[in-house]
Amino acid sequence: MLARRYGIWALVAALASIALLPLPDFWITQLNYIGLYSLACLGLVLLTGVAGLTSFGQAAFVGIGAYSTAWLTLNTGLSPWLTLFIGLGLTATFALMLAWLTLRMSGHYLPLATMAWGLSLYYLMGNLDALGKYDGLLGLQSLHLFGWDIGQGRGFFALTWTIVVLAALAIVHLLDSRAGRAMRSLRNGTLMAEAMGVSTLRYKITIFLIAALLASVSGWLFAHFQRAVNPSPFGLKMGIEYLFMTVVGGVGYVWGAITGALLTKLLEDQLQVLLPQLIGTSGSYEIIVFGIVLVLMLKYLPDGLWSFVDKRLPRAKREENWADAPALPTREKPAPGDLVLDVQAIRKQFGGLTAVNDISFQIKAGQIVGLIGPNGAGKSTTFNLISGVLSLTSGDVVFRGQKIGGLRSRQIAARGMSRTFQHVKMIADMTVLENVALGAHLRGGKGVASAMARLNRDEEKQLFAEAQRQLERIGMGEFVHELAGNLAMGPQRLMEIARALCSDPALLLLDEPAAGLRHQEKKALGAVLRQLRAEGMSILLVEHDMDLVMDICDHLVVMEFGTFLTEGTPTQIQQSPEVRAAYLGTEH
Amino acid sequence: MDFSIASILLLDGVTNGAIYALLGLATVLVFTVTRVIFIPQGEFAAYGALTLAILQTGKIPGTVWLLLILAVLAALMDGAAEWQRHRQAASALKAALKTLAIPAVVAGLTAWAAPLQMPLLVQALLSVCVVTAFGPLVYRVAFQSLADATPLVLLIVSVGVHFAMTGLGLLFFGAEGFRNPAFSDASVSLGDLAITGQAIIIIATSGALIVLLWLFFERSLYGKALRATAVNRLGARLMGISSQSAGQLTFAMAALIGALSGLLIGPTTTVFYDSGFLIGLKGFVAAVVAGLSSYPGALLGALFVGIVEAFASFWASAFKEVIVFTLILPVLLWRSLQGGHSDEDH
Repeated sequence: MLARRYGIWALVAALASIALLPLPDFWITQLNYIGLYSLACLGLVLLTGVAGLTSFGQAAFVGIGAYSTAWLTLNTGLSPWLTLFIGLGLTATFALMLAWLTLRMSGHYLPLATMAWGLSLYYLMGNLDALGKYDGLLGLQSLHLFGWDIGQGRGFFALTWTIVVLAALAIVHLLDSRAGRAMRSLRNGTLMAEAMGVSTLRYKITIFLIAALLASVSGWLFAHFQRAVNPSPFGLKMGIEYLFMTVVGGVGYVWGAITGALLTKLLEDQLQVLLPQLIGTSGSYEIIVFGIVLVLMLKYLPDGLWSFVDKRLPRAKREENWADAPALPTREKPAPGDLVLDVQAIRKQFGGLTAVNDISFQIKAGQIVGLIGPNGAGKSTTFNLISGVLSLTSGDVVFRGQKIGGLRSRQIAARGMSRTFQHVKMIADMTVLENVALGAHLRGGKGVASAMARLNRDEEKQLFAEAQRQLERIGMGEFVHELAGNLAMGPQRLMEIARALCSDPALLLLDEPAAGLRHQEKKALGAVLRQLRAEGMSILLVEHDMDLVMDICDHLVVMEFGTFLTEGTPTQIQQSPEVRAAYLGTEH
Repeated sequence: MDFSIASILLLDGVTNGAIYALLGLATVLVFTVTRVIFIPQGEFAAYGALTLAILQTGKIPGTVWLLLILAVLAALMDGAAEWQRHRQAASALKAALKTLAIPAVVAGLTAWAAPLQMPLLVQALLSVCVVTAFGPLVYRVAFQSLADATPLVLLIVSVGVHFAMTGLGLLFFGAEGFRNPAFSDASVSLGDLAITGQAIIIIATSGALIVLLWLFFERSLYGKALRATAVNRLGARLMGISSQSAGQLTFAMAALIGALSGLLIGPTTTVFYDSGFLIGLKGFVAAVVAGLSSYPGALLGALFVGIVEAFASFWASAFKEVIVFTLILPVLLWRSLQGGHSDEDH
């Protein structure tokens, strides 16, 4: 508790004492390098640790920042404080272009693309006459502040580490915010995040941009620290080394980035002295050790060294300070009896297989409709078609008078339809409360910048108050601060319902909510669903527990082999010989 | 540019493209069977060329020692794994010796033959054997226990292996480059165009290897087993195909292809300990053109990369690498727009 809260002050105190104590200049220089590396690694924590995007190309962004300020200060005489922002602008332009090109790609294509641009930028820097080819640009001035020469020693140390600490704090703040929760949802695929209304591409681009800008600042500092630039520190090897540092430190932790940069630099220094002595000739043999360490880390300690520290620090419980937060605005609900959902002959074909064959049904406000059928009947596919996760082959869906067929799932979510998943999709390392707050994503509006500056506190309180309200409503009040990954199957499903409710939906789509629940929990779930119906909510339910279905549904739609079999009240369905035949087979 | 220059560039492009095609095919092979994006593919090529170069000087190449070290390591790992399973010293020893046997024989043979100054072809064969023996060992030591990790973790591991192999290359071969003697001094003239014997060997060998690979995957039981593993690891295992031996076989093939491409380029360019990376990456660009899944696609992609590189080096020689590696961006965009967006299972 204490360590988490005051750790940052301890770091600041340690840094201040380093600046003031009479340490040898050599160590100050090393710490300056470590600060510069930390900045690039912080970006990688966001990119790889949080969003699951791997980049080997961060060194190229460092290079853009460094070369921008070097060329501009040498050729135009502009102040470095101005060229910092020109460099950031250039980096941003370039990063946005690359993001647009590469972030649509899934999985392994992105890291390959980062290697490609890392290489091509390196060769570009090394071959342009204006940038001095492989010799680079020499004779830069050091940074000055109001006439005071910051230099390369303690002044530079203070500047660099101030930036590092501020950047780390900004990222910590960002990750604990509406935008941050959306970012943390990216790592597990985009399906759930999109269903909660998160524009995953936009957040990926934002993260990519932040990482590039951090690298660019590092490059700007680097250029004025070295007072010269040449292509070699910005090549692919360095890009890989940044990733190495972050993996060693702990790619999922902000403080892991700094730990990794520190240890890697210290290790590199030792190896560069030791190995050539051992081997007898000079050369960059340290990469042998780096390579082996990287393989060993991923095998035996994939969460990095900081995970040791993190495990030992007790987790601070979130302070419940939102008791008097004003409620979030709610959407206008349909009047009882209004037509909410009109499914019109929807069809889905996968190649030659027709998974859903012209299914039609309607849901009115305040109705619980059950979609039932034997396994493989196409219920979940129907669900995915209605919620926009899959695209329609033909047919249409009208939701509250608007056609929604062909819209993306986040656009449908914005219109007031929310869903749960057959296989629970959650962020295991966030608390239940934070997971549920993600459901209210579209009801907030504060973005990245206000999160970093902590200008989002009022809205955060509103979001958490709503999340807690929905959790208590569904009987999960005791689990609020538990990590979602620690929950049993049943409570995980209930958490998904609370998350869906957080979006203030007019229609709730529940995919097998009772699977894995115990008897008492099922009864409680039934009571919650009835209560929701009484409040005017419409619910579409896919469920195999017939006791529950027959007990709470007003209307049932039965599917078999992708086609419509029959529909009616639970009593009618129970007596239908067709339904019995579908479930139990017929006598021949 | 006139027709004769264009045809020279084209020939140059096709010759280089044939090498990239081999490396691209190996990359596709490794990725489809093991889901490893194998960055160090080019290192096998450099190791192949440099091992031959050292054999030419009559010394024992450092790769022989490296092979022995790796084999001992892999044997220890196999022995330990067997011991944990059965707690029998005899079976653990047997497993270890099984792993150690082939590399030890290859290393011994090479060490014995090195000072004898054997003919070029025998030395080439020895180099191929040494490098091929690396394949299964690299898989065993670095990748086998991570078989169920995500492709991203495997990619980072593969970058780690690349670092280690480059550094070891520097350690064993030194910083200076080598150029191997040509396998053939013949030359054929077609009008203005002089086709060297080396170019013919490169194109013919690549073509033959590609046909062999095709036959292997279409006609042989092992090839079909590998394809089955590529489609569904668990299903293949239930059918009795060991995913471990599939992985080791794949890596052996990748190393073999790498070694052969190393021997082929050896006489046309000076090879340094770190040359493999760039050559491998160009094969990679070709494999990416094919979406890491199609063999004919990788071949076409490789020829395209080779020709673009040849013409780029004529018009803007300083920027040829920039052009080749920037090329991958539109290709990737095209592939991703074509492929839709399903990224749930990475």
